[in-house]
Amino acid sequence: MKPVYKKPESLTDNITIYCPGCGHGIIHRLIAEVIDELGIREKTIATAPVGCAVLAYDYFNFDVTETAHGRGPAVATGIKRVLPDRIVFTYQGDGDLAAIGTAEIVHAAARGENITVIFVNNAVYGMTKGQMAPTTLPGQTTTTTPYGRDPSYHGYPIRVCELLSTLEGVSYLERTLIDTPANILKTKRAIKKAFIYQIENKGFSLIEILSPCPTNWKMTPSQAFKWTAEVMTKIFPPGIYKDKYKKGEK
Amino acid sequence: MDKKEIKKLLLNGCEASAEGAIDAGCKFYAGYPITPQNRFPEYMSRRMPEEGGIFIQAESEISAINMVFGAAAAGVRAMTSSSSPGISLKQEGISYLAGCELPAVIINMNRGGPGLGDVTPSQSDYFQSTRGGGHGDYRTIVLAPWNVQEIYDLTYLAFDLADRYRIPVIVLADGMIAQIMEPVKRKKKKENLPQKKWALTGCKGRKPNSIKSLFLKPGVLETHNWKLARKYRKIEEKEVRSECYFCDDMDLLVVSFGTCARISLEAVNIAREKKIKVGLFRPITLWPFPYEELSKLAEKVGKILVVEMNLGQMIEDVKIANKNNARIFFYGRPGGGVPTPEEIFKEIKKI
Ligand SMILES: Cc1ncc(C[n+]2csc(CCOP(=O)(O)OP(=O)(O)O)c2C)c(N)n1
Repeated sequence: MKPVYKKPESLTDNITIYCPGCGHGIIHRLIAEVIDELGIREKTIATAPVGCAVLAYDYFNFDVTETAHGRGPAVATGIKRVLPDRIVFTYQGDGDLAAIGTAEIVHAAARGENITVIFVNNAVYGMTKGQMAPTTLPGQTTTTTPYGRDPSYHGYPIRVCELLSTLEGVSYLERTLIDTPANILKTKRAIKKAFIYQIENKGFSLIEILSPCPTNWKMTPSQAFKWTAEVMTKIFPPGIYKDKYKKGEK
Repeated sequence: MDKKEIKKLLLNGCEASAEGAIDAGCKFYAGYPITPQNRFPEYMSRRMPEEGGIFIQAESEISAINMVFGAAAAGVRAMTSSSSPGISLKQEGISYLAGCELPAVIINMNRGGPGLGDVTPSQSDYFQSTRGGGHGDYRTIVLAPWNVQEIYDLTYLAFDLADRYRIPVIVLADGMIAQIMEPVKRKKKKENLPQKKWALTGCKGRKPNSIKSLFLKPGVLETHNWKLARKYRKIEEKEVRSECYFCDDMDLLVVSFGTCARISLEAVNIAREKKIKVGLFRPITLWPFPYEELSKLAEKVGKILVVEMNLGQMIEDVKIANKNNARIFFYGRPGGGVPTPEEIFKEIKKI
């Protein structure tokens, strides 16, 4: 019998630690599918973050290193510079990328490192059980904003795509959702484009994915997916924020 | 003229260390400016491209050590350099290197502290270097050169030790060695270094490799730590290095390392001219510390003078080595103070 659907080769058989309804699993699978389709599994090297995806090396069936919290872009820089013909990507949460690792992401982008960044924005610190993240929405309650995030007290959320779009070293930035099959496919296309850009030596790209965290948001999975689309997008509008090589432009 | 052809060079300590690294096959340097080692990144920015290596001026010392982590994970000989405040920032990264068993070389041109301190030579980072430095139960090999030639030699050696034991190696020098110029004889340049089976190079023709220091299952981290401990015991057995001067016939032993040992030797020479029987013991590896070698000398001599450019840090190791109740005296200059040979000689005379 001919299989019509199977697990990508780039994923292992290990069972993940992710909660029901978590976006990390979907995003792992999309990355794995893209890597399979591009035939680059044997030359891909990834960095796992400190965050819920810390065990990514158990789930991806290619070379993966751990990183210190937030340092993925620096580690990836080291790997890519010495092995420029390999495909290197970082996988990072919003605390990892937009709080403790802000310097690393901004400067990797400014240097135009030829790497791909998969940025999972779930508006909280998932792994440490739901504290405020730099992407937590105004009004959102978390374990460290029990009265809701008050911008006059806690400051405002950071919009990473918008922030990085001013940097000349950046080639491609897109923010996507995974709330519907159509948006999942759109996310996959964005991830694929980012990897193709790297293969073509086009420089730095980052895909920001609005991803549900039902456990810490205290929602059901379907409520959480809906929340990414209906609430998160008000602060984090999806779209392409930069595409240096968009056909017709350059 | 082609640099490779030249056997002897006139270099300062930063440049000598950089050349030692290059001759050892280092192909990756990431750093961040800080006095008194600014010459290091400047020099590497020219030399790394000449050698087909990579130079990156990182946005911080934190980033630099993590870039080194990445290059080391990819199987390349990689290094960074800095001075005390910058080394503090690297500690998390060094702990990760130790936990992940990645080889890397870190040069510390020690300056006065704490805080921003000053930019003059100091040995105030002895504790930080020899006791692990970052979080967790780990060790780094610590090499302490006392002149420009030796920082070349020890940097060259550091890469071999780092690879042999898969361990971060620290070269603890200071602002003096960083900035003085002396002739340096170079060693044979290493080419075609062996492949590292564990490195992340893409999993072509093999199972995927992973690099990690996270072991969540009960007992697994403990097992990993015991494995590290066995490695540390082996290093303690095999890699201790030290030197003695005038130690055959002495009434007093001076113990000092790095620049301070060099100045102490001058003081010992003055004493010898005056027929005062003083010897000098100089640890070259600060970890593993030469406890046994020093212990044997301490047995022979009743009195030890420890001289350091700090408030007394190595003295704790001297006390551990001193099993037979030799009397221990201390002379130290903290905060970037550098003693003169006469000053040390005065201390010798007092005892
Ligand atoms: C230096 C350091 N600080 C803090 C932590 C604790 N910590 C682990 S994961 C995490 C937050 C991760 O959140 P995020 O990056 O948003 O990823 P998520 O878990 O939501 O996927 C924190 C603060 C750490 N491991 N290291």
